[in-house]
Parts: sequence; structure tokens; C-alpha cells
Amino acid sequence: MKERSEFAVVNHSVPRGDGIAKVTGSAVYTSDMAVEHMAWAKVLRSPFARARILSIDISQAKSQPGLIDVLTGGDLKGLSPYYGHGVRDHPLIAIGQVRFVGEPVAAVIAEDELTAQEALGKIVVEYEELDAILDVDTALAQGTPRIHETDFADGAFRGFDDFPGAAGNICQAVHVAWGDVDAAFAVAAHIAEGEFYFPMVYAYAMEPYVAIADYDAKGQLTVYSSAQHPFMVRHDLAQVFGLPLNSVRVIVPYVGGGYGSKSYTKIEPLVAACSWKAGRPVKLQLSVEEAFLTTRGDDARVRIRTAADAKGQLVARQATIHLNTGAYAENSPMVCRKAANRIVGPYRIPNVKIDCFAVYTNTVPASSYRGLGGAQVTFPGESQIDELAEKSGCDSVEFRLKNLAQSRESIHPGMRPIDADLPGDVREAARMLRMDRPLAPGRGRAVCCSASDAGAHPVTLAMVQIYADGSVSVLSGSTEIGQGSHTVLAQIAAEEMGVPLEKVRLVGSDTAVTLFERSTGASRTTTLMGRAVLEACREAIAQCKVMAAEVLGVPAEALVEERGGIRSGETRLTWSEILEKYFQMEGCSIIGRAYLRKAGDLKLVPVFWEIGVVGVEIALDEETGRITLESLVTIGDVGLAINPAMTEGQDLGAATMGLGAGLFEELIYDGQQLMNGTMLEYRVPRFSDLANNVEMKLVQNRDGVGPYGAKGGGEGAVNPISPCIANALHQATGVRMRTLPLTPERVWKALQEKKARAST
Amino acid sequence: MNIGFELNGKPTILEIEQRETLAEVLRGRCRLTGVKVSCEAQVCGSCTVLVDDLPVSACTFLAYEVRGKRVTTIEGLADESGRLHPLQQAFLDNFAFQCGFCTPGMILAAKSLLDENSNVTDAEIVAHMNGNLCRCTGYLPILKAIRQAATELRGQK
Repeated sequence: MKERSEFAVVNHSVPRGDGIAKVTGSAVYTSDMAVEHMAWAKVLRSPFARARILSIDISQAKSQPGLIDVLTGGDLKGLSPYYGHGVRDHPLIAIGQVRFVGEPVAAVIAEDELTAQEALGKIVVEYEELDAILDVDTALAQGTPRIHETDFADGAFRGFDDFPGAAGNICQAVHVAWGDVDAAFAVAAHIAEGEFYFPMVYAYAMEPYVAIADYDAKGQLTVYSSAQHPFMVRHDLAQVFGLPLNSVRVIVPYVGGGYGSKSYTKIEPLVAACSWKAGRPVKLQLSVEEAFLTTRGDDARVRIRTAADAKGQLVARQATIHLNTGAYAENSPMVCRKAANRIVGPYRIPNVKIDCFAVYTNTVPASSYRGLGGAQVTFPGESQIDELAEKSGCDSVEFRLKNLAQSRESIHPGMRPIDADLPGDVREAARMLRMDRPLAPGRGRAVCCSASDAGAHPVTLAMVQIYADGSVSVLSGSTEIGQGSHTVLAQIAAEEMGVPLEKVRLVGSDTAVTLFERSTGASRTTTLMGRAVLEACREAIAQCKVMAAEVLGVPAEALVEERGGIRSGETRLTWSEILEKYFQMEGCSIIGRAYLRKAGDLKLVPVFWEIGVVGVEIALDEETGRITLESLVTIGDVGLAINPAMTEGQDLGAATMGLGAGLFEELIYDGQQLMNGTMLEYRVPRFSDLANNVEMKLVQNRDGVGPYGAKGGGEGAVNPISPCIANALHQATGVRMRTLPLTPERVWKALQEKKARAST
Repeated sequence: MNIGFELNGKPTILEIEQRETLAEVLRGRCRLTGVKVSCEAQVCGSCTVLVDDLPVSACTFLAYEVRGKRVTTIEGLADESGRLHPLQQAFLDNFAFQCGFCTPGMILAAKSLLDENSNVTDAEIVAHMNGNLCRCTGYLPILKAIRQAATELRGQK
């Protein structure tokens, strides 16, 4: 293995490969695209949370000049209209009934967007309204009707990626247990117990969902989409239309943000069905308001108790988590699994019992949100660690250090041992925050951490093409969603092939060209696709060596590999010289490939533990309840940063997103209606929310299974931010907040209640 | 209706409908898709373009209002030889974007600030840029980029 100092391209903050395109406005996103003869679709949405559709009258709309066609749930004969990778419960357009306000009921296809919009108003839908099931308690109550009256077929990953299924309005139940929690709580010296709530949040990817579909006369389906996971979209489309995989081509240009919200299939089946019906390529561009009605994060109610012995050692944790999953499963079964795993925290706890339920309600479907269940459960988990530290009479950092899993120590029986230096990370965060300094009034400091079982199911295939002129293409099914994968993967190929970075081109994602990659999520790309690219380069090099041996008439073992080529005695050949001599023809290329699967050192789950360690100093304005960040520190324990500046950027971005849910962000329902589903009313972090002091540090112990010991980043810091703020607030005021976000109003009220209690 | 205006330094005459927004005209009729549309409510700043050097939200600005004025989009920032504007270079150097969707609006909003006063404080940058949202970076790299460009532009004067 190379020493760090030997790296020529990786571990350097090279400029982004997509940089020039993005600063000059020439980067093309799906929103910017048009294809020949393209029509436009617009969607009519349900005004009711739960209703039967009695009739849809499209006759008036049909007479609108410029209108091409209308698609409703009655038009889907010949298709398998239900999709979903966990549970196939999601009709591509409402069929007979609606399950949330905003569900697509009809789609109008017209020559232009305006005509489509006008025609929407001429569609008359008659509904029979039913009692809406809007919260988890109602959904679970005896006698509540089922939101889905039938059991659905399993999706691609059910039973494979750990979706055991459930019944009634429980979409998914996950149970994690070891030891004997009851016995442990019975004798524990200190117990913290409480109920916490993490809000319903919206990822606000700035580019709303958009797709262009062309179902052509030969039965070939081509889709351009803002999708994170093109291969999952391909799978669902192939299933809906009964097409072979090679007849569904999903192409993903630049994507304007995702953060989980663009994972798995979203509007693509609907757009493809519009094209199928209309016989034209169709583009559907949602507005941000419509994106609010498409996917959100699961809100979580968590009843949790944690116990420590008299020496301050954690002895037990028990939690019951209810996720409000909304009308369709989407990726919530996986959120449920991950929330159950991640609430344990990065600690050694001998007795654990976690019961997690994803519950259907008549609200916007919930799915992946950065951290995948981690943010929802790290808030209660890390809040309670501070509560227990206090009860134990122990400093909160010291308490963590005493209980954190060491490197190579296991926190989940049967899972991969911790591949990070958690105690070192926490100690470093505390040092960077200078926790020993005296605190000014109204200030509080805290350090929090998390460990997430990351990487998802490791099936990742990649190709590299080595050209006879010395240039290299990397064919990758990982989506460039802003995280910088195209830069990082190019760095790895340049490092391995010994060519200048400028000679490496990234191709993808395009399911007709690039090999299967399960997903671009769970912070996996650097670790898995990075490793696949590295191995594909090694395979290409192995081929080149065989060719060189033949060309030079020497045994392959006699060749010495040098950066960018081989040497045999005094003769040195670059890869391009080898290819030219071997083929005796200009312009040839060879392909190196790698197929990663759940085997070898990728057999143990998770692929890696994604660590989140942050520290904050908050400043509280007691008059208003407003919290601002004085300092923010982040630790990225990433094994090896292929591009350090971009890796730090991921940490700050994740921390800032976590700050949003911690302080401002919450989708609010009033009855059936989402009340604040616009950017006028949904407050995300702004420039002025930036902490006064920001310090980021990367820890690079090369302890991951990725290339050169790398592990993923980008989702760690989102998890521990909100409990960190809540713990700092507690330090500043003595007030323990168990409901997010910590809005000024909520904090002010809690301060007043504390004052009232103190004066009585 | 016909409108005449200067678009990225070039005199332009366009046939438009009165109801069309500047974003629709620039993206649709002029194919300047560097103008990005997100919130459509003047909150996010992604559609920011400059009209007579002042930032406007093209999503809600009626196109006919630019008649006789100068409009600058991200496509008009690099000089004719393709050399990047100091802000573009600074955004590159500081990794001040990830997905890039907010970037054209960010750069143009920052340009309007630095054109007026390149001797800016951090507080002035934050106040001026508070109407431009970025969901990826956490803002610090953007702040650093604007600082760098300000220094560069001061040096040019």
C-alpha cells in the first residue's frame, strides 16, 4: 500500500471536474433539457387526504387547443402501475382513490406548459371524501381502516435489503435486541427517560423533480431525470412497462441537489406513462411547491430510556420509535431499519432493545433524507447521553470517552467492528471547541457524535477505458449530485493509471452505457465506486502487461510497473505505447472492469461506519429565545480524503443541513393540508446563520475498505448537530428540549415555564 | 410585443408575450439556461440576474420591464477570450459550490455587491447575500470566494 506522501493525485484538493461548467452556467441539468417533438405535462393533484375517486371528466379539457392527451388512473391497462423498491404500493397516478393532499390524479399533456396548466382547470373530478388518517396514533388505533386495503407485491429489495414487511397501517417493523434490558434497568444506578420528537422536514433540493421520457414506437424507453439512483429507476420502469432492462435507458445529467430526496423512483413512471399514452416525448417539471408534495423526511416520535451503572458505564438502552411514513412506503422501510440500528449510538451497550415502526398516514410520502434515520434518532440518543452524564456527576465529554467504542470494537453483534477512532475524534472536537474556557452568560457548549451503518448493499460495477493516446474514460453509474463524485473518481483513475488528471473523463450516469451501481447514497460512492474504479484500473494494467510482454517478447513477470507504464530493462513503455504497438493501429482502446459484490472484505455489514462528530458553542438571546451559533467544529473521520477540500465541504454542508432541522425547519400540517409547503414559509439556513467561527478537521487513519483506506462522508455531521445544540442550550439554561426545531418561540416558552416553576 | 435591450453586451430585440417573466424569456427564448429557477417566489435567489447592474429575481420580474436596459446573466461574465471573471475563478478556487444550482445566482448577486464596493466587510457580504440560498455548502466557502474576488478586484482598480 502506498504511503500518503506518495500520492500524486488523490489526497490533493484538485479543482472540481465540473467546476468550469458550473461557474459559467453551461452545466446542463435535466431542467435545462429539451428533446425533439417534446410535449409538456402538468399534474392535477388531490385536494383530499383520503377519498374515493368517483369520476374524472376530461371532456372539457380535451377541447383545449394545443392539448395532446390526458392520463388518468383508468388509462393504465396493460401496465403494472404500482412501483416501489421496498413495497410496490405506489400507483404511478391515483387509481380509484387518493391517499394524500397533493397526490397526482390526472396528468395533462400539451404542446406547451401554459396550455397544459390551463387544461388542468377544466378537469372535473368527483370524490367521495373519507376520514383522513393523519397521525401515527390514529393510524395504529383499533378499528382504524387500512390506508392500503391490499397487501402489495414486494419490490426489488424486499427480503434482500432487509425489508421483512408488516401489516395493517404498519408499513414496516424492525426489532433490534441483545442482552436483557429489563434486568439491566432494574439494577441501574442512573436512568434517563423521555419522549422526543424530530420534525417532518423537506430536503429542498433547489432543482425540483424533473424528467423527460420518450417511449418510442419500437418500445424503447429513454428517460432523462434528476434521479439519484438511475438503476433503481430503470428497474421500476422495466417492471411497470414490462420491458427488458436493455430497453429502458435512464440518463442523469447534472443534478441540482438531492440529500436523499431524489433517491429511488419519483416522477419517472408517471412521465413515462404520459409519453406511452401520448406517443410523444414528454417533459414534466415540478415546481418547488409540488416537490414539497412529493417527498419529505419521516418525522419521528421516540420514547427512549438509557441506563448507566454507578461507575458511569452505559448498561442499557431501550427505545420505541414511530416514524410517520406518509401515504406510500418509498424508502421508509429502510429508514425504519436504519433508525433502529443507529439509535444505539457509537457506544458499547450490553443490553439493547429497539422497536421501530414505519406507519402509513394520509400525508406526503416520506423517504430518504440525509442521514437516513440517523438525524431522527441521534437527537434523542445524544440528548440522553448528556442527561445520564449529568446524573452520573460526570463531564459529558468524559462520559462519552468512557463509553465510546474503540477502533475494532463491535457495537452491534454480528456487524463490522468500528473502523474509526471515535474517542480520538471526540477528544479532538472538544479540544478544537476549547471546552475548558469559561462560558459567557447565555452561552453553552457541547460535543456530540454518531455512527451510522453506511454504504448500503455493496453491488457496484465499473469500467475504465484506456485509449491508445493515453487518455482514460471512467464509466460510472454513480450520479454526480454535487458531492463531487466525478472529481474523486477521476482522481482515483489518474492516480492508478499514472496519467494527468486532465486526461481522465467521466462518463455517466447512463444505464445504456455504464454498468450497474445499486445507488448513489448511503455515502457510498467514494468507498465502493472509488474502489471499483481502482480495481478496474488495476485490471486494465494487468491486460497492458500481458500485451507488453508479447510486444517485447519477454515474460510478463520480467516487467516492472512504473507510474504510467512499464519498464523492461532499459525499455520503458507507456500504456498508450503498449496499445499502439499491440494493435498496430491508432485509436484503439481497452476496457478494465471491476465487479464488487457482497463478498470478501465487503461481506460484513456495514460497508463502513460513517462517523459524525460535531461541537458547537451557542449564544442564546433570552429575551427572544433565539439561538445562534458562535462556533461550529466538525471532525471528518474518513479514512483518507481523496479530495480534502471537498470532503470538508461535505461536513460543513451536512452540519448546516442538520442545523436547519435543529433550529427552523418543520413541515406543519393543519388537518389534511400542508400549511407551509412553499419557500416563503419553510425556513432553511441562510448566509446569516453561518457560525461566527467554523473549524473543520479531517482524521485520516486509512481504516476503511475503500480505495487507499477511504470511507464515505457527507451524512455524518447532519446527525449530531441538533442534540449538540439542545445539549448546549441545556448547559446555558438548564432547560432540556425534547422537541425540534428549537425555534425562538419554543425556546422562549420553555424558558418562561422554567422561570414560572422557579418562582412557585 | 417587441422589446429591445442589451443582453450580455449585445443589442437584442425579441418578440415576447406581455405575461412572460424574464426567467422564461432568458431560459426559453434565449436558451440562457444558466438562469436557474427554483422557489419562484423571490426567496432563494437562484434566478438572480443583473438588470442595469442591480440584482433582480428573474422568476418574478416581467420581461418587458428590461426594455432599454442592460441584462447580465452568468453566460455574460467571462470575457471574450473566455477568461473567467474573478468571482467565477474564486468560486472555483474555494469549492464554493457542490450541485451548482445556486451558483449563477450567487455569483451575480455577489457581482452586484462588489461592483458597487469591493472594499467590503464580512458583515456586508452576509447582509447582501442573505437572499441567496445554498443547500449544499454551508455558505462559508462562498464567503471565502467573495472575499478573494473582492481582494482581486480591489487590486485591479
